Amino acid sequence: MMIDPLSVFLLLLSAATPILFAALGELVAERAGVLNLGVEGMMITGALAGFAAAHGTGNPFLGFLVAAVAGAAISLLFSALTQLFLANQVASGLALTLFGLGLTAMFGKPFEGVKAPAMPTGPLRINWIVWLGLIMVPLIWWFLNRSRAGLILRGVGENHDAAHALGYDVRLTRVTAVAFGGAMAGVGGAYVSIASVLQWTEGMTAGAGWIALAIVVFSNWTAPGVLAGAWLFGGVTVLQLRLQAAGVQVPVQLLSMAPYLATIIVLVLISARQKFSRRAGGAAPGSLGQNFHALR
Amino acid sequence: MIQLVPRQATSTAWQVATPVLAVLATMVAGGLLFAAMGHEPVAAIRTIFWDPLFGPAASYSRPQLLVKAAPLILIASGLAIGFRAGIWNIGAEGQYIIGGITGGAVALAAYPADGPWIFPAMVLAGMAGGWAWGMIPALLRNWFGASEILVSLMLVYVAQRVAAWMAFGPMRNPEGFGMPGSRNLQQYPAAANPELISGTGAHWGVVAAAVAVLATWFLMSRHIRGFHIRAAGTAPRAARFAGVNPATLVAFCLGLSGALAGAAGLFEVAGPAGQITDTLGTGYGFTAIIVAFLGRLHPVGILLAGLLLALTYIGGELAQLTMQLPAASVQVFQGMLLFFLLGFDLLTRFQIRRRVLA
Repeated sequence: MMIDPLSVFLLLLSAATPILFAALGELVAERAGVLNLGVEGMMITGALAGFAAAHGTGNPFLGFLVAAVAGAAISLLFSALTQLFLANQVASGLALTLFGLGLTAMFGKPFEGVKAPAMPTGPLRINWIVWLGLIMVPLIWWFLNRSRAGLILRGVGENHDAAHALGYDVRLTRVTAVAFGGAMAGVGGAYVSIASVLQWTEGMTAGAGWIALAIVVFSNWTAPGVLAGAWLFGGVTVLQLRLQAAGVQVPVQLLSMAPYLATIIVLVLISARQKFSRRAGGAAPGSLGQNFHALR
Repeated sequence: MIQLVPRQATSTAWQVATPVLAVLATMVAGGLLFAAMGHEPVAAIRTIFWDPLFGPAASYSRPQLLVKAAPLILIASGLAIGFRAGIWNIGAEGQYIIGGITGGAVALAAYPADGPWIFPAMVLAGMAGGWAWGMIPALLRNWFGASEILVSLMLVYVAQRVAAWMAFGPMRNPEGFGMPGSRNLQQYPAAANPELISGTGAHWGVVAAAVAVLATWFLMSRHIRGFHIRAAGTAPRAARFAGVNPATLVAFCLGLSGALAGAAGLFEVAGPAGQITDTLGTGYGFTAIIVAFLGRLHPVGILLAGLLLALTYIGGELAQLTMQLPAASVQVFQGMLLFFLLGFDLLTRFQIRRRVLA
């Protein structure tokens, strides 16, 4: 079997893109102290909304824009529950995922069996959205570590009481961060439907949102770490598809488990490292998953 | 201005009232959604919530209530115990699938033998399979600190592929003319899980669900382990000082909920589904999460919530037939229900007061 390293790398980039977008978005939300388990629901919403817009207008880029808006919009449901009604973040995120999967299954029926408009390729045979994802990595790194707004966001995530005492609006910061996460997840989902599979099928994100959540843990809450995790995942996916195509004597169903098993293995390795290192829990934000209620 | 004042203790009255409020709000919001889609809202809500019990075709749909409620109640009873302790098993769907496969495997291995031991052995194997699948995230959390949420969820996707592999590979019916799927256990009397009392829909899974409700009630309110679980959920540090071992609780909660989900999977494979197919998982494991929350993590609440969500399944199918409502509207309904429930939950923990401007 001939394997051209460049074409394998291009496939890897493409396979990693949905996860990269979703995980970068979730990274920002988690750095603000919000654990949003609704990534899968926001991705599938973006996948459908983006596909519908791209199909309707014939312009794939408009599709991605609509997907970002849809992802951010549905994330507001989660924000309302957790920031306004102070509901448990784990349960609210699950609710968002279940609701998103249901909603898209309901409204997606007319789009089944329809083809997506063609994506123009960008520089170096790599499509524009893949480029955008790669550019987002240093941008988000810069925002979190070098900008004033990023510092406030991290402060809110590390210790919301202290941030509140300093006069920062904890709620507004968190709602904004979650909405950004929703927009990124929406774009990631739309990449699956518009640029990768080229059609809409029910539940097509197939756990990508959950893998993105695991990759944020793997990254130790840093943007370059997210990129490494997304590429690792992309590599496993491409390898698995290559083995399938090469006709290896292993049932297809077993090969297709690879991304999920790889995620578990990576999660275990990284959790073990964080567990036995000096700072328990790795670099996880101090207020992650806790709700904020100002008594004064 | 409105101000939220935390309550000293959660309000029992609101604990009972909020699920009811959430159901009513879901009916209103669902009705609005159906109206926006061009369906008659009142008729749609009546078709989903009233007709399956008292409508013209009720004699057919009423037995279905227990058939659908049994797996939901069985799974949710186990999940609720973990949720009480802050241990999030959200991979019950995977444990359900694996339980169906391991339990069904016993029947397929025994075929065509006959004997009273076959069905009990299947139930035990189903529970063992679900237990083992649930112990994976438990051990990975205890040994390495890996999130049981993500691991148990990943294992759902792995389990779905195991089911597909079994249905197309090792467990395919040798007399099935090449069709995917195992032998039909309903046609194998020693392994079948039939309707016990004609016209009720009650099979062994329903009996098991009833036992699970009683047993979890006993565990949570009368047994020291239940006290430990409640203590660990409300005050983890205090529980640890009192000698509660968190690792033991993680293994206990994930193992128990896995075993119950596995049993539910076996009862389905041997009964209503009849065979191991690649579509063995139908979402009961996820809906059971909603059942556990709607039932307030309390055995009696779970019993009622399981029946209600079973009703939405049957009513949804009915509405699909008679009103051409999309099949996924039930899923949307269930998602909305959880949203409203989590929102209204505020009332159990906070008092709403008008802020007096000084």
